[in-house]
Amino acid sequence: MKEEIIIAGFGGQGVLSMGKILAYSGLMEGKEVTWMPAYGPEQRGGTANVTVIVSDDRISSPILSKYDTAIILNQPSLDKFESKVKPGGVLIYDGYGITTPPTRQDIRIFRIDAMDEANERGMAKTFNMIVLGGLLKIRPIVCIDSVIQALRKTLPERHHKLIPMNEKAIHIGMDIIAPVTTEPATV
Amino acid sequence: MKGNEAIAHAAIRIGADGYFGYPITPQSEVLETLAEQKPWETTGMVVLQAESEVAAINMVYGGAGSGKMVMTSSSSPGVSLKQEGISYIAGAELPCLVVNVMRGGPGLGTIQPSQADYFQTTKGGGHGDYHVIALAPASVQEMADFVGLAFELAFKYRNPAMILADGVIGQMMEKVVLPDFRPRRTEEEIIAQCPWATTGCKGRRPNVITSLELDPAMMERRNLQLQAKYAEIQARECRYEEIDCEDADYLIVAFGSCARIAQKALEHAREEGIRVGLFRPITLWPFPSEALASRARQTKGILVVELNSGQMIEDVELAVKCSLPVEHFGRLGGIVPDPDEVVDALKQTFINSPEKTK
Repeated sequence: MKEEIIIAGFGGQGVLSMGKILAYSGLMEGKEVTWMPAYGPEQRGGTANVTVIVSDDRISSPILSKYDTAIILNQPSLDKFESKVKPGGVLIYDGYGITTPPTRQDIRIFRIDAMDEANERGMAKTFNMIVLGGLLKIRPIVCIDSVIQALRKTLPERHHKLIPMNEKAIHIGMDIIAPVTTEPATV
Repeated sequence: MKGNEAIAHAAIRIGADGYFGYPITPQSEVLETLAEQKPWETTGMVVLQAESEVAAINMVYGGAGSGKMVMTSSSSPGVSLKQEGISYIAGAELPCLVVNVMRGGPGLGTIQPSQADYFQTTKGGGHGDYHVIALAPASVQEMADFVGLAFELAFKYRNPAMILADGVIGQMMEKVVLPDFRPRRTEEEIIAQCPWATTGCKGRRPNVITSLELDPAMMERRNLQLQAKYAEIQARECRYEEIDCEDADYLIVAFGSCARIAQKALEHAREEGIRVGLFRPITLWPFPSEALASRARQTKGILVVELNSGQMIEDVELAVKCSLPVEHFGRLGGIVPDPDEVVDALKQTFINSPEKTK
């Protein structure tokens, strides 16, 4: 098993921490993992992305040309990464602020309106966990128990009381993610 | 954990005595992690944020002179500032560890990854005829492992050792097994192991630590002694890794993060039927010239992949002595190529240009 994932969005959306929790969850299951952030000025408010690889075997490059799965949280990231999903791969995007939806026919596309859902429920801070839930529904790379363990490991003790809310967010994400049928691109 | 964090944890665990540094992206997590771990409360290791890189390297000079296991870390512009101190430490024949998590240059450059300090590291950097032992980690595991190895070599040869990483290796997170805890050496152990150190001269003749020698005849003799030491290091300490080289028609030579990217490129190329292997120098100085030359004999061409405009390629060319074509692929100024770019470069250089191969 090997899953090569890109998570991309705005800085501050929790892109890097979502990747980190995913990588730690893989670690909890004894898998090989790499987490490679774009660590530049992006971290401070521009676009942010992180490459996460979870694998049974030793991982070669932490930097990739093509991805099995892309999680896209804004329009600039969609523009950049839609073409980089492997044929037959998965693209998951949040519809919030997307003006030009994905058009590819040779990949599986899912939409998760996590931003709206998080705001409506007053759970804005668990936005990235809703997205993670959606991912795990479509690509069960790690089990939810491992994610909870990973949260325990990565969150400081004083934030452990927030873990149940994060778990709830994961389940919400699993419920609201939905497949999208794309129209062939008009030339 | 991140590569930078692994450096910090490893230093505490192997019983380092002191760290002196000044923050700079992309290696600030070394100092941050040490500050968070507070080893001064557990092992007694000193952690100090100096007023500048120059101050930090001179604190290392002082600590090393007293036989302590001391280190500093920085990134390219900061390491440039340390070069005078490194030259003095090499001249005074003292052991220490300098970590350089390279970023793009020249000048203040960028905070993104680069390997453009290869020349600075392997060809001198500071003034005078000296070398530092340079280790190039390609994983977070090696970041942890090489701290102990670097100190071992530094003390064995009384010479500065450098870990030459880059922003990719420093910032990425991977699984890592940290070294076992080892207590710091006692004063008695340091006196026994380092008879040259300034440990207090009651009952013995004073030890003098200096790189100054005004008598040119003496200075030449000192230099010849240094050269004899470097020759011994070159003969004994070359390290490298070979991946899929047995049946390779072409070789990629790459170190650090580029070696990881090249490994993926190699997988892609082999899927297309191109038999390519990876030769990864682990010690950049001493450069594993003989091993590379003997591997190169069976191949038709070498592509050197670096995050610079062509630095290690000079050592590759010297190693193979023009016996086969050696070409270069590099990205500059903080841009990191993806594996497909490396495959394309390989194809353009050799596969689609048969006249270039022997």
